[in-house]
Amino acid sequence: MDSLEAQKVISRHRGDAVIVTTMSTNFEWPQVSTNPDMDLMFSGAMGKASSVGLGLALARPDKKVIVLDGDGSLLMNLGSLVTIANMAPPNLIHFVFENGVYRTTGGQPIPSAGRISFTDLAAAAGYASVREFEDLESLEGNMKTVLNEVGPTLVCLKLVPVSDRSPFPLTTFLSIIPRFKAALQRSSST
Amino acid sequence: MTSKSTSLTAGRIVDELKKCGITHIVWLPDTESQFVCEAVIGQPDFTLVPVCREGEAIAIAVGLMLGGKEPVVAHQNTGFLESGDSIRSLALDLRLPLLLLIGYRGWHRDSPITDSAAIFTEPILEAWGIRYYLVETDEDVEKISLGYKEAHETRQPVVILLGGGYEES
Repeated sequence: MDSLEAQKVISRHRGDAVIVTTMSTNFEWPQVSTNPDMDLMFSGAMGKASSVGLGLALARPDKKVIVLDGDGSLLMNLGSLVTIANMAPPNLIHFVFENGVYRTTGGQPIPSAGRISFTDLAAAAGYASVREFEDLESLEGNMKTVLNEVGPTLVCLKLVPVSDRSPFPLTTFLSIIPRFKAALQRSSST
Repeated sequence: MTSKSTSLTAGRIVDELKKCGITHIVWLPDTESQFVCEAVIGQPDFTLVPVCREGEAIAIAVGLMLGGKEPVVAHQNTGFLESGDSIRSLALDLRLPLLLLIGYRGWHRDSPITDSAAIFTEPILEAWGIRYYLVETDEDVEKISLGYKEAHETRQPVVILLGGGYEES
């Protein structure tokens, strides 16, 4: 499936969930977001989006926290699967956009591209639920279930490989922090 | 005459963390600081968050802070070096008041320092412009509150180097 189209599906269903994006999704998500105040476009410390998401999920158990991770990014922080499973936040949904490449640097293949199973890794680490979708229809049809089940949940999205180079990550991340914190503080329980 | 304390006790550090309102300890065990975290296991005031690698700890603490909690990160100076990019791009770039308890491996007051982990710790903290305090004995423990206050006033990370021998209580 196409990355942007998959994010449109997630955006239609996210409600007031917190969204943490990183790398490529930093540039696509703002095009589709319906609740930008609750979006944390996470730039820098590549691979750590899942860890920031874990912190948010622990701090705000009343909120759904959805991480839009990349496959190359997750490989840089693979231990986070174990850390997340150990803390077991029921409100964390961890999407992995599996395109098999480092898109932001021009499409070089990730190690062992196509031979890794992120759902198997997450299941073995102890995630409460793992799912994999290869097309938009399956994603659309299962989004309500994904959002309602007890996490932590890992959802692997099989994407068509792309070699376009996304712009280098945001340099304005600092500016969205006060807005995000204020919106999260205002936000009532889901 | 009151005798000067020569040791560092977990209870004093835990009390100081409580004074600061710390809610979470994001932790990777190390020889120098493990006694602190072991002392808070089961205490209702704190949630321990064990991690697999130190860079993770910084990012988890950032998420906790953005969600309104007051975490402290605890690991060794070796792990502090490993977590450099997370400290740079999260704690420093985002101007977040993160308090770190760093076990000061290789540090000795009275004998030559030969461990490169200790040799490089303070020069790197200084190069990054991160304020730090050395805590060797119970008499130094108030530096934790001082560091916490400074972190919030300056919106910068502050490091507490745990350099003392310690006792269980």
